[in-house]
Amino acid sequence: MSTTTIGAPESPPDVPVSPEPRRRVQGGLLDPKQLWRSAPDALRKLNPATLYRNPVMFIVEIGAVFTTVLAIRDETAFAWLIVVWLWLTALFANLAEAVAEGRGKAQAEALRRTKTDTLARRLTPTGGEEQVPAPQLRQGDRVVVEAGDFIPGDGDVVEGIASVDESAITGESAPVIREAGGDRSSVTGGTRVLSDRIVVEITQKPGESFIDRMIALVEGANRQKTPNEIALNILLASLTIIFLLAVATLQPLAIFSKARQPGIPDTSALGANGVTGIVLVSLLVCLIPTTIGALLSAIGIAGMDRLVQRNVLAMSGRAVEAAGDVNTLLLDKTGTITIGNREAREFLPVGGTSDGELAGAAQLSSLADETPEGRSIVIYAKNTYGLRERAPGELTHARFVAFTAQTRMSGVDLDGTDDGQSASEVRKGAASAVMSWVREHGGTIPPETGELVDGISASGGTPLLVARAQDGAARVLGIVALRDVVKQGMRERFDEMRRMGIRTVMITGDNPLTARSIAEEAGVDDFLAEATPEDKLALIKREQAGGKLVAMTGDGTNDAPALAQADVGVAMNTGTSAAKEAGNMVDLDSNPTKLIEIVEIGKQLLITRGALTTFSIANDVAKYFAIIPAMFAAVYPGLDTLNIMRLHSPQSAILSAVIFNALVIIALIPLALRGVRYRPASASAMLRRNLCIYGIGGLVIPFIGIKLIDLVIQFIPGAR
Amino acid sequence: MNTTTAGFVLVVVLVGALALTYGPFGDYMYRVYTGKRHLRVERGVYRLVGVDPEADQRWSTYLRSVLAFSAVGMLFLYAFLRLQHHLLLNLGFKGMEQGQAFNTAASFVTNTNWQSYSGESTLGHLVQMAGLAVQNFVSAAVGMSVAIALVRGFARKRTDQVGNFWMDLTRTCLRILLPVSIVAAVVLIAGGAIQNLHGNHDVTTLVGGSQSVTGGPVASQEAIKEFGTNGGGFYNVNSAHPFENPTSWTNWFEIYLLLAIGFSLPRTFGRMVGNTRQGLAIVAVMATLAIGSLALNAGFQLAHHGTVPTAVGAATEGTETRFGVPDSATFATATTLTSTGAVDSFHDSYTSLAGATLLLNMMLGEIAPGGTGSGLYGMLVLAIITVFVAGLMIGRTPEYLGKKIGSREIKFASLYILTTPSIALIGTAIAMALPGERAGMLNSGAHGLSEVLYAFTSAANNNGSAFAGITVNTNWYNTALGIAMLAGRFLPMVFVLGLAGSLARQQPVPVSAGTLPTQRPQFAGMLTGVAVIVVALTYFPALALGPLAEGLH
Repeated sequence: MSTTTIGAPESPPDVPVSPEPRRRVQGGLLDPKQLWRSAPDALRKLNPATLYRNPVMFIVEIGAVFTTVLAIRDETAFAWLIVVWLWLTALFANLAEAVAEGRGKAQAEALRRTKTDTLARRLTPTGGEEQVPAPQLRQGDRVVVEAGDFIPGDGDVVEGIASVDESAITGESAPVIREAGGDRSSVTGGTRVLSDRIVVEITQKPGESFIDRMIALVEGANRQKTPNEIALNILLASLTIIFLLAVATLQPLAIFSKARQPGIPDTSALGANGVTGIVLVSLLVCLIPTTIGALLSAIGIAGMDRLVQRNVLAMSGRAVEAAGDVNTLLLDKTGTITIGNREAREFLPVGGTSDGELAGAAQLSSLADETPEGRSIVIYAKNTYGLRERAPGELTHARFVAFTAQTRMSGVDLDGTDDGQSASEVRKGAASAVMSWVREHGGTIPPETGELVDGISASGGTPLLVARAQDGAARVLGIVALRDVVKQGMRERFDEMRRMGIRTVMITGDNPLTARSIAEEAGVDDFLAEATPEDKLALIKREQAGGKLVAMTGDGTNDAPALAQADVGVAMNTGTSAAKEAGNMVDLDSNPTKLIEIVEIGKQLLITRGALTTFSIANDVAKYFAIIPAMFAAVYPGLDTLNIMRLHSPQSAILSAVIFNALVIIALIPLALRGVRYRPASASAMLRRNLCIYGIGGLVIPFIGIKLIDLVIQFIPGAR
Repeated sequence: MNTTTAGFVLVVVLVGALALTYGPFGDYMYRVYTGKRHLRVERGVYRLVGVDPEADQRWSTYLRSVLAFSAVGMLFLYAFLRLQHHLLLNLGFKGMEQGQAFNTAASFVTNTNWQSYSGESTLGHLVQMAGLAVQNFVSAAVGMSVAIALVRGFARKRTDQVGNFWMDLTRTCLRILLPVSIVAAVVLIAGGAIQNLHGNHDVTTLVGGSQSVTGGPVASQEAIKEFGTNGGGFYNVNSAHPFENPTSWTNWFEIYLLLAIGFSLPRTFGRMVGNTRQGLAIVAVMATLAIGSLALNAGFQLAHHGTVPTAVGAATEGTETRFGVPDSATFATATTLTSTGAVDSFHDSYTSLAGATLLLNMMLGEIAPGGTGSGLYGMLVLAIITVFVAGLMIGRTPEYLGKKIGSREIKFASLYILTTPSIALIGTAIAMALPGERAGMLNSGAHGLSEVLYAFTSAANNNGSAFAGITVNTNWYNTALGIAMLAGRFLPMVFVLGLAGSLARQQPVPVSAGTLPTQRPQFAGMLTGVAVIVVALTYFPALALGPLAEGLH
């Protein structure tokens, strides 16, 4: 087994390049009413017993409590204004989290409604049936479900076939077929059987059903922090400690500076006892990374939420993060890169046959061929040659020859009465089968036939020969070329992937020749031909040994080992329970192209965190320029040169910085929920863009914001 | 040629010389640390100490070796200082008293070379040569060894071993520090520095007064003092003394010496990680910071306020006339950007904003280019922090040189950047809160505050230069600064080696178009920005009440 790298793929001239309109990865819009509805939750989250998990905001709360005590003892309007805004800062942070959770809760509610307390009809070992409440079902139990019943738990169909309404989890109203054996055997608890009767073997542990996991996921209550989130938290905590130190150690310095100039009167910021507690806390809260600290968990919850909105369930946040890091994407050819089946794309007449004759014969011979390939011939004949589709009943005197694996041909025998010609037999099928059929009927093969057949094979197509035996002589009429049809816009997506540093590998059961041709047309980097499940697993292991992260999709039980081995394994919801169990994500739409979106969401999640961290830290510069002169310009008038914003008064300066710090959290909630805009680009380009927006922006915006707030609040009594 | 032109020429020639040595010297050090062959003398050392140079150590073992070696060195030096009156060549000086001996021992073992004593009136030749000079060599070598261990963490994969400390130490001393120091000492002697074992000479000065002049093995000590970024002068006035630094070209040579290792190690780093452009990016950041700092410092010194500076054209107070203001500014900038701390002018006399740039140089964590080894590892830790934020912004788990920066790496890096600011700020705050210690200041007000801030910043960052002016030979300062130096040296080493260990374990991630390119100007620019912003944010309040309060009008 080996993958083959393709040299510079060229754009095939015959496929029109019309990329799908770019869908931006984004979440729903933020409804202002949502903020209001989440307010009670935000208040509840002020409870220190839960807030301590967010060290940055916990410090804000301690500061708020401390300043409240100070304000009660020493009542000034300024002190109370600061106190109010400090509490608001903590509240806004909780609001961000509450809004993010609120969206998940709504989804969870909808899901819970499907968790009806159905009674399951469990089969006893003796063959009888007993009624058991659904939550009491164990792994390995077998239950009977009939039309109209809810399926009591996740499992595999072991007997029967049924149509199932899965709209509760997928949102898709069309029923799906579930049957014993094969790759469509898995059913989900909470879905409803619409017809027939099936026996389901339960595969879930009690309380760990798919819907349970889904609810836990969208509620985000016991959300596990992801590795990058943990690392970022450590960095934020240490920045917080640094600023805590910078502020705490300032006090003796301030006392010293004030003490040597006893003539200067005390200000609201600086007295004989040093900087007032209110101002010191204000400075601290402004410096510690409250913006990112407030939004960090909302970003994480919203990221999972965006996945759920795309009907993808991630079993862990870790997997979503890993998706952003993926280096290699394994994509199944069929269904992902090409539309499901091969289609007729060309009629090639041989031996002087006219195009129309060949098309007619091809259509006739395919009328009874119910395979997708056969149907595509009929459609192609109709679209290209205007041949009307004929219902099988129309040709009353025709005897249809169905396709079998032995003959590898299909066709029709006409007695001539339908079209007034002499009796004829038309056959269409695999080249070798039709050739020997022609020879048996005393015909010869035109010499160009072999070349054409080889040519089509070499270019990745499937050649089907069409022949007619009439009046005792058989002859080859021509060739139908079946080809894989690459989905539109795939090449552009793969180009994007390449720019993002992701290598795409096409997995196919085709021979290497065919595989290469499709891989070139689709623009993937590599392909793995004649792939067996073992080959897939080996490929993944090899990539991982080189330090790469691999993502793949799969549905069959034989995909399970590879899904489990891959860093990101997306199982199709239509797949088997084994596959769903092995992967770390499930796509409810069973759309293999979804993998690409998952990667984008994973990246967006990280980018949002990084961008807001940068923004948060860059903000501090302006806050220093507001607060430091406000604190010390009284003792060192020279420091007033640092007041480059020309803020109205020391009080208004400090208050403006605190208010800006609080308001920026609210302002950024929509961004945190929606995620930073993501466009696939090279690492350098992406960094340049985000540094400009969030780094430089983070430096400049607070200068403007604080000045604007100052212009307004200078009229408030406490700030004058 | 006026002093400004002379200063400009000095800087240009200095940059040229450093650029010329970057490649060859960096490559030489690369061969020293990666070579398989042991010199005969090295094998002798290994046999004597009883170590197997082939046996690589885990990071924890490496760390224990570093700490044990330094602890023994410190005890030895402490005893030496205390007992010098029983030893030869003591020039009749007494043993050093407890607090000062602790401070001095800590100072030299940590490569700080903070001196609360005056060399010519406290120490005999034997202690200078066999005590202090020995630590000048080995403390520099310890720093370089730790840096190389960190680089190995990046370069190696799937191993828990980061090298052998004893081999790194021995090779650094014998193959890098010793040979260059010998040559440098000869050059300095040629330039007029003295090298003898004389005691005090009483001489009659021009105006008829009498002065006691101490001879000694100055040139040899001067060479390693600069080359190993130590900075502990033979004489109290350090490189301002004509026996240590006689002419303006020896001044140039000393600046070159103290920058040589710091600016060449990135090349060694690039070679070891297999991509010299990565080394180039690091050295570019160092050079940008250094040149920026120098421009500010010289600018503030030449942009004169006040009657006297305006009259003479620059802030000449506290500078030697044989060097002039720009050359002194260059020396001062270089000495604070590295962990040298040698001085050829009186930093206390710098204009307040120029003094602030010297403070800032140390507050940067001495990374541009920093002390021998410590500069490189400090810069690499900052690079890790930068990569982390930048990596998130491009939507990938951050990675540097193929190694993922996860929570463990961030933990070590965060602790590293937390350590020195904590020591410097807490030390300053305590000193300012204690009435007795405040009294030690020469100046009152903002300038006095700057003196204390400078002392603790210098100690915590292992620089060793002093703003002077402040009386530090008290038990409190000797102890507090001694502790600051020890903590500021060895805690970061713990984190750096921990980092090395966790990096070495990883399988590197292959480079792709999605990888953040850390060898491009974009990243170098961001790293520079992060270094400046992190430092500015940490120290802004303290600076505002010190030099800024004094310097802004």
